Amino acid sequence: MSKTTEIAVTSPPPPKKVKESSVTPQVVPMMGNEAIARGAWEAGAKVASAYPGTPSTEILESLATYPVEDIEAQWATNEKVSYDVATGAALSGVRAFAAMKHVGLNVAADSLMSQTYIGVNAGLVIAVCDDPGIHSSQNEQDTRLYAQLAMAPVLEPADAQEALDYTRLAFDISEQFDTPVILRSNTRLSHTRSLVKGGERQEQEPREFLSDPKKAVMIPLHARMRHPLLLEREKALVEYFNQSELTRWEQGSKEIGIITAGTSYSYVKEVLPSASILKLASSYPLAEKKVREFCESVDRVIVVEELEPVLENAIRLLGIEVEGKAFFPRVGEFSPELVRECFEKVGVLEPTSKKTVMEIPPMPRPPLLCAGCPHSSSYMALRAINARVAGDIGCYTLAVMEPLHALDTTVAMGSSIGNAVGIAKAGNETRPIVATIGDSTFLHAGIPPLIDAVYNQANITVLLLDNHTTAMTGGQEHAGTGVTLRGEKVERVDFEKLVRSVGVKWVRKTDSYNLGHVYQMLNEAIKFRGVSVIISDRPCVLDPQKIKGTPYEAISKACTACQGCMNLGCPAIHWSDELYDGHHKVYINPDQCMGCSLCAQVCSENAIQLVSN
Amino acid sequence: MVAMSESNMINAQTDESLKEAPLQEITTNVLIVGVGGQGVIMLSKVLAALCQEQGFDVKQSEVHGMAKRGGSVFSHVRFGKKVFSPTIPQGNADILVALEWAEGLRWLSYLNPEKGVFIADTQRIVPPFACRDRRRYATSGYVQESVEEVINQVPNSSAMDAVAMAKELGVPKAANTILLGALSTTLDFEVDNWKSIIARFVPPKTVEANLMAFDTGREWIDNFDKQTQLENSVTAVTSPLEIWPVEQNQAVVEINAAWCKSCDICVKFCPERCLALDSQQIATLIKPEACTGCRVCERLCPDFAINIHTPAVN
Repeated sequence: MSKTTEIAVTSPPPPKKVKESSVTPQVVPMMGNEAIARGAWEAGAKVASAYPGTPSTEILESLATYPVEDIEAQWATNEKVSYDVATGAALSGVRAFAAMKHVGLNVAADSLMSQTYIGVNAGLVIAVCDDPGIHSSQNEQDTRLYAQLAMAPVLEPADAQEALDYTRLAFDISEQFDTPVILRSNTRLSHTRSLVKGGERQEQEPREFLSDPKKAVMIPLHARMRHPLLLEREKALVEYFNQSELTRWEQGSKEIGIITAGTSYSYVKEVLPSASILKLASSYPLAEKKVREFCESVDRVIVVEELEPVLENAIRLLGIEVEGKAFFPRVGEFSPELVRECFEKVGVLEPTSKKTVMEIPPMPRPPLLCAGCPHSSSYMALRAINARVAGDIGCYTLAVMEPLHALDTTVAMGSSIGNAVGIAKAGNETRPIVATIGDSTFLHAGIPPLIDAVYNQANITVLLLDNHTTAMTGGQEHAGTGVTLRGEKVERVDFEKLVRSVGVKWVRKTDSYNLGHVYQMLNEAIKFRGVSVIISDRPCVLDPQKIKGTPYEAISKACTACQGCMNLGCPAIHWSDELYDGHHKVYINPDQCMGCSLCAQVCSENAIQLVSN
Repeated sequence: MVAMSESNMINAQTDESLKEAPLQEITTNVLIVGVGGQGVIMLSKVLAALCQEQGFDVKQSEVHGMAKRGGSVFSHVRFGKKVFSPTIPQGNADILVALEWAEGLRWLSYLNPEKGVFIADTQRIVPPFACRDRRRYATSGYVQESVEEVINQVPNSSAMDAVAMAKELGVPKAANTILLGALSTTLDFEVDNWKSIIARFVPPKTVEANLMAFDTGREWIDNFDKQTQLENSVTAVTSPLEIWPVEQNQAVVEINAAWCKSCDICVKFCPERCLALDSQQIATLIKPEACTGCRVCERLCPDFAINIHTPAVN
């Protein structure tokens, strides 16, 4: 049963050509992320660094479309590295920028928490994109709480134009108040296109390196001196937001006043345009005076904010009675209909009839591993050896769904190996313990736990799923691909050498298009006592280039309708209209099939063959 | 056939003394839906660019990330004097364009129930999820509502087999442009403006083919007559999966322990993973309720140790 085929790529597409962003100002529809990128470029940022993560990925991709002489735009190994790179550049005297998704900030938080003590030299802005509603993340944490914790001001644009303007301004605020500034976006803003008027780039004169150990070297003595300054800075920022035009008071009905920020503002304007609105640019620090005046001017104040009651709590601390989370949910993403419903509960809107043309229960269409995805066979083999599987972040989390149904844990980036060590050390697991982790995730946060596993002699197997790209976020380059964000060829991380160098004695390579070999390697690996590593080496079928070979077909007269091939979860395989003994035979969609041959390998009747013509 | 509606229905009590009147602007809401790879985003970009060119404020919102992985894809396009919310309030879509049948039905609740226009491709992209039931005579999990049922119930609806039409034109990939053509008849923009935008967005070599597809979509709508479609509905549906009667037909798995040599083949190949080796290393049915009677174990057992008994097929 071990037939592997070399996939002939029928017509390799030309290398990705990146459209260059226009440097001349014009009005164009821009995604929030593109607007943030333009804001950073216009502000004269010289260094930008990020690790890809939905919904923030396009920010750096977009920055890389601006002239290389203007800005260094690069992928970092992880978010902490990206933030450290930006910090170094800012201390060196050029404006610097980092971007990440909300959970990326957890990784960068270690640096952020003390970097706020240090402050900046040239402007430093960090764009963080939240994911309310958890479209493509592992949680829906609220970045504004981080801003409070780190005492770094946070700006919250409501649309793409504001995303550009606020990003630009954030650099000025950063320099004026000697602080990093967080620009907070969310999925809806990052991925909505609206009209944006771009401007010119403002070149910044580089400053001298910040040569002041008392300010930049955070030993306890220095840190104790810096902390009180943060409180002073907070006061100054409160005053700034009190005065600033960014804090916008829109006169309306006296009966009801809404305090809101960011995209929540656009839902309020949609649903309740007649209300008085105080639109804050920043949830931290709070424009206290403006908030007080606003609250005094209206009969009833409702705070409308997605996720945590950050504004509501801060306003309550001022001794002002406001309402908010009593009506608006703390979980999930807002939408105009949800905000409307909440205002109905508040009692300011009449309920509307919720008539629909036709009630049809929605058909589930969950995301799937692609046709020809090399991960499918890895998880099928893991099922076959009955492994306890610690998973990680990437496309392969989809293996938790039927039919592969082969993951036991997924916590955060790089957690798989540490989780596996813990499962092994718990001592009560009878099944083989396997950690599965992708190439990009392994470089991001998988190396320290692997060293830990070797050091503590854990009896685990690590299956490194090297598909040569950061697939889940759309195929970004990383150190293991040997290509940079700007497309330059560089040294490629040699995974085998890397894992051997930390002391792993048992390392094998396999090809996930050879299911039998993957199974065999796993069987050998789990018999090895200690840390064993299998590197499965097969490129993603979508990125960096779409792979399409000769498709396979199910020979109808040979198919016995066992549907064993459907255990791969391949989207190209469906039921055909024919039956065998009452069961549906299978049909392989030739447009979707890319010829990986895995279904042919599992077919017990040899009924799946290459399409011949 | 212009679909414009007041989406800002305000019931709030307004203060008489206010200087500024509450915003009373007309926003047009177009929801374009489909499955990853069908060109949903491309269509909405074309529409958004056209709206911008015509001097409207426009917002186009989508969710990325899972789109490539076969999930459902949707894009909200809103245009007017000033657009606030990036997404269309439920029940307020003036036009719903569906590139795939089940996706169209998924979003029907977003359609304005009185005047919303529904334009759908009858193409069915069946997710593997809909084919999960391995029992005999199992029913597909794909939506069962037929084209006739839906266009009968939804006031301003039309359904076309755009994929077949595109194939007939010799441009199989231009099905979405045919739908764009159909969409264009419901909005107040000049045909030439549509065409110049399309020419800007599609690859240069395919401009002519796409413009042809666009015209085809317009013509189809112009000639569309609900009654005719209902009468000819058999041809309008693309290969619907037949609905099989589901009946109880539990298979019986008989394993001859004396002949089993613990080779594990049946365990590894069972599609439902309902077999295992027991403590004596003998194959055993551990999940009888999951067994679909597919006979893979019976056929693969080198020692003829397994027999499957299923009710006879009539």
